[in-house]
Amino acid sequence: MVALLEFAIGFVSVCVILSMLFCTIRLVIGPTAQDRVLALDTLWMCAILLALVLGIRFGSLIYFEVALLIALIGFVSTIALAKFLMRGEIIE
Amino acid sequence: MSALERLPTWAALPVSLLLIIGGCVIVTGALGLMRLPNFYQRIHGPAITITLGAGSVLIASMIYFTAQQSRLVIHEIIITVFVLLTAPVVSMMIMRAAVYRDLRGRKHNSGADAGDVYRFPDEDG
Repeated sequence: MVALLEFAIGFVSVCVILSMLFCTIRLVIGPTAQDRVLALDTLWMCAILLALVLGIRFGSLIYFEVALLIALIGFVSTIALAKFLMRGEIIE
Repeated sequence: MSALERLPTWAALPVSLLLIIGGCVIVTGALGLMRLPNFYQRIHGPAITITLGAGSVLIASMIYFTAQQSRLVIHEIIITVFVLLTAPVVSMMIMRAAVYRDLRGRKHNSGADAGDVYRFPDEDG
């Protein structure tokens, strides 16, 4: 059963890193600015998932706080970028 | 991997299954973000990553830490609630910014006026 758990953790790590690679490709080639903002938002989400998977892998509760901080900063930065695309300035 | 070996079997099986399902869903959403041709189709890709993929990994984390610590550890539910509350807000903000920019930029082949919901300014009809 430990082998199955090790396989699952390795598999989901590879999946999250692969999806971060896909998001980075969209971030680089994205034709418009809103594509890049969307790719950056998905990249924040993948970072949260990577922190959670690392927490399961090492059996530590510290990674939960890392994931919560990444979620907060990602939400604020994505809202600021979308507001900047919409209005041209963030705080009016 | 001493922390993994101390996990009982009844917890290891659902954690493994949820992690494998979550990994498949996450990579599907990111692939949709990379491969779809239009921005308004591309914004549907990360939604599945945020809801189903993140939900699977978060539930797996809750089951894992509950079994590991031999007590109820469900503080991952804070991340679940936060992500489920903020994901529609973020999607709506990016979507409105994209529609605004496409309409103001007169991009007729961008798909912003599909479905006759939004119209380009200075055009009657």
